[in-house]
Amino acid sequence: METILTINNLTKKFGYLTAVKDLSFTINKGNVYGILGPNGSGKSTTLGIVLNVVNKTAGDFSWFDGKTSTHDALKKVGAIIERPNFYPYMSAYQNLKLVCKIKGVEYSKIDEKLELVGLLERKDSKFSTYSLGMKQRLAIASALLNDPEILILDEPTNGLDPQGIHQIRSLIKLIASNGTTILLASHLLDEVEKVCSHVVVLRKGEKLYSGRVDEMTSSHGFFELKTNKHDELVSFLESDTKFSKLKVEGELITAFLTEPMDASTFNKLMFEKGITLSHLVKRKESLEEQFLQLTDNK
Amino acid sequence: MLRLINLELQKLLLSRVNKVLIFISFILPFTVLILSSIKINFFGFFTLELGELGIFNFPIIWHITTFFASYFKLFFAIVVVSMIGNEYSNKTIKQNLIDGLSKKEFILSKFYTIVFFSLVSTVLIGVASFLIGLYYSSYTEASIIVREVEYLLAYFVKLIGFFSLCLFFGMLVKRSAFALAFLFVLYIVEWLVFWGSYEAFESTDMAWKVKNFMPLESMYKLIDQPFQRIIITKYPDKMDLAYDYAVHWYEIAIVLGWTALFVFLSYRLLKVRDL
Repeated sequence: METILTINNLTKKFGYLTAVKDLSFTINKGNVYGILGPNGSGKSTTLGIVLNVVNKTAGDFSWFDGKTSTHDALKKVGAIIERPNFYPYMSAYQNLKLVCKIKGVEYSKIDEKLELVGLLERKDSKFSTYSLGMKQRLAIASALLNDPEILILDEPTNGLDPQGIHQIRSLIKLIASNGTTILLASHLLDEVEKVCSHVVVLRKGEKLYSGRVDEMTSSHGFFELKTNKHDELVSFLESDTKFSKLKVEGELITAFLTEPMDASTFNKLMFEKGITLSHLVKRKESLEEQFLQLTDNK
Repeated sequence: MLRLINLELQKLLLSRVNKVLIFISFILPFTVLILSSIKINFFGFFTLELGELGIFNFPIIWHITTFFASYFKLFFAIVVVSMIGNEYSNKTIKQNLIDGLSKKEFILSKFYTIVFFSLVSTVLIGVASFLIGLYYSSYTEASIIVREVEYLLAYFVKLIGFFSLCLFFGMLVKRSAFALAFLFVLYIVEWLVFWGSYEAFESTDMAWKVKNFMPLESMYKLIDQPFQRIIITKYPDKMDLAYDYAVHWYEIAIVLGWTALFVFLSYRLLKVRDL
């Protein structure tokens, strides 16, 4: 698989504070990656380092085959970090023209990308007159100007209203469906869950997990159960080794599996025991629950 | 190089404030020069014609125009510090780097622009002085005209040096207003150095020599004040006023040295700083 970005033992210290600690991971072509972590976990710092705006303390990183210099590599990358940064006194078109000059891209791309993010009609308005949602979409248009190999987004929906968030997310999905590699940093878990196939989980600058989203925890999922023979069911589940942990909230019993088992098998088993279930759902932990498990364990 | 200048010119010329300031710093000295060269009649009481004073004679005109025009550099200095300050306050410096501009290119685009505007200003002043000189000067032989054109070179170097200093202060403090305040602080510091070296060497001569190496003073020294010279040309008997007003190669070398240092330090600052 073609490698886009390799990070080896990257460390960044701000005085006594270690923002990124011995971080290593690889980004391959064609996947949608999420960098997940609470605020202050080193997501933006890591991106800042590979984007040439923050100096690393130790370790190294390389773009593509490792032979291109960082600033040349960045011409093949599209990135927006935190807030959209543009010249307020220039129009959208003029701002993008400037980016074209930096990246060495044809001006003809500008209208194409403005069309994609739905800003073509407003292209001659000054940037300072834009709403935050429009600014963010302009930033995405700007990042896409060079048809990048990888699109890096740092908290792209931060501070947007629900419509804005929805617009940005559908844009990201659209871009991902065209085969562009995406690296998305966020503390919003459902965001990552909705768009990413791979995640890197960070906490206090350390990597807790990196790999596929669905393999993040070794769990086999859990059942949510309700029955009128409540106590019988509880005592059965407690004695069975196929279940590890039980959680009882009122009528609802949540039983965590230690080995794979599907819902119909369980239902049959219950029927044989003479317990009829009024509610049976098999679920896997949401990313949020998995994430909290991961970040709490250490 | 053209790409970098083009980049910076777009940033500058699309902003109205910058356009006004650039206009003032280039067109105003030009206009003042033209106005001062025409005959002004004060309601028939008397006529004021500066040309009559002989200040528009070759070769002294080179000295006088460059000396006065260089005061207008303060307007462009505001442009220089704000072109750095705005990049920081809009965070566009970060975006520029992320878009693939290297840190070296970023500083160079600013520096090339400084050189470009200094050159434009020098050419404008040069052409204006030449034309006014041709009109007023009592001597128009080619050999006299080209005498002391080194004032134009001194003017050019002076502008580049001063704007590089502004560039460095802009990079250092990131805010336009503070950067301009730093210029004033530097001015005071240079006088403190003067006072310090006077205390140390107990001689005004030595103190001046030390101060001549300071950034602002070395730039000022490139084109010495022309007043005494005007008096001397008017009254040749006042020889006690004689002084060294020529442009010396070492004066230019000192300013170029500072320029190189300021540009290099600006680059170092950007390189070690986390944005």
